[in-house]
Order: sequence, then C-alpha cells, then structure tokens
Amino acid sequence: MAISIAIPAALRAYTDGKASVTVHGETAGQALDALTTGYPGLAKHLRDADGKLRSFVNVYLNEDDIRFLQKDATPLKEGDTLIIVPSIAGGR
Amino acid sequence: MGLNIHPAELGRVHAHAVEGYPHEVVGILAGDRATNTVTHVVSLVNERADSPQNRYAVGAMVLWKAEQKLDAEGLEVVGYYHSHPDHPARYSDFDRDHALPNMSYVITSVVGGSIADTRSWRLRDDRAAMDEEPIHEES
Repeated sequence: MAISIAIPAALRAYTDGKASVTVHGETAGQALDALTTGYPGLAKHLRDADGKLRSFVNVYLNEDDIRFLQKDATPLKEGDTLIIVPSIAGGR
Repeated sequence: MGLNIHPAELGRVHAHAVEGYPHEVVGILAGDRATNTVTHVVSLVNERADSPQNRYAVGAMVLWKAEQKLDAEGLEVVGYYHSHPDHPARYSDFDRDHALPNMSYVITSVVGGSIADTRSWRLRDDRAAMDEEPIHEES
C-alpha cells in the first residue's frame, strides 16, 4: 500500500530535495526500508550499524512515535503518513 | 562555504550561553539554507535535567513545533547551537554520534562564565568526523 514519508530538511539532500516521498509497505519498517532502498544515502543517517533507528531519529505515525507502538512492526494502512522527526542531543 | 551569521544573532547565542552557565544551553539557528545564513536564533530548553553541565537534548515534538513555527515565518533551519561550559568549542564524539548531516553545529565555549571561543562544525557524509567551517559575521 502507498505510504507517504515526510523528510526533514537535514535529510532532503539524500531524497533529491523532496520533502515527501511515497513508498510501499505493510509496516513502518518495510516503508523505511523501501525509502532507503530508493535513496541509499539516507540509510546510514537513519539506522546505526546494528540496523536500529538512530537515537535522534524519531518516526511518527499520526502523532505517535513508532517506538511506543510496535516499532518497525507497526502496521500501516493505505494513505498513512510517516513523519521522520529529528531530535537533537549532544554535549562535551 | 562557511556559516554567515548576523552579529546581533551571534550575540544572542553568546548571551544565552553565559546566562545558562554552568549548564549547557541549546537553540536553533534559522535563516536561509541556500546561503547558510543565520538571521534568527531561537533558544530552546535543555531537557537533560539529569546532567545539564555536560549534556543537552531537545525532544522531537518540541523541535518539530519550533521548526513548524519558523517555517510559517519563511525561515529555514540552518543548524543548531549549544554551549560547552569550561570545555573547548570542539565537537565531542557524543556530539558527532547525535549530529544530523547538512546542518551547521555552532559550539560556544564558556569558561568561568565568559565566552572563550565559538566554532562551527558540519558532519561528514560518512559520519566519521565533523569538519570546522569558518564563521562570518555579516549584517
């Protein structure tokens, strides 16, 4: 099913400048995998070497963080929008 | 290309860093991404109440709302700033691990409550390091 993924400004350099990308997938993980298959430059910024979402990468489905739903297994329905929202962190 | 920042906005970054000392402060650098120019600074609240002297964090929804507000004003996010109390204005491994690509990260060193140094960094595409970029004060 068709899912729209909103891309934050910091990552649009890897999606040909697109703010939104349409992919196909049954779950959030499948949709994100389809996104990084289409735009491979995104992969290392979204997931760490173990394949986990990086700590500053938050993926929201209808205002809910998928970490608090079923993570990559979160089911999607036609027309859903996933939003990638970075958080920021750091320190000396 | 370097980071262009209006002197008054750099002054606001410095004032925030001094005001927050000895805790780390954080905020958004907004303006025009095409020219990497900062025309507007937004201070944020450091959510790391457990270790504010050496860590900062701002949650996704707070950041999202602040950035939507900037977007409505026609401003783009150019990068972020934070302070390093009693520590150099150089990025740490922790900073690099958490950095977004294609953004400028301004770090202000505050030593003993006074601004000691301010530098700007950008994450390399392979995430292995951050490179310093010159800061140009432009009004």
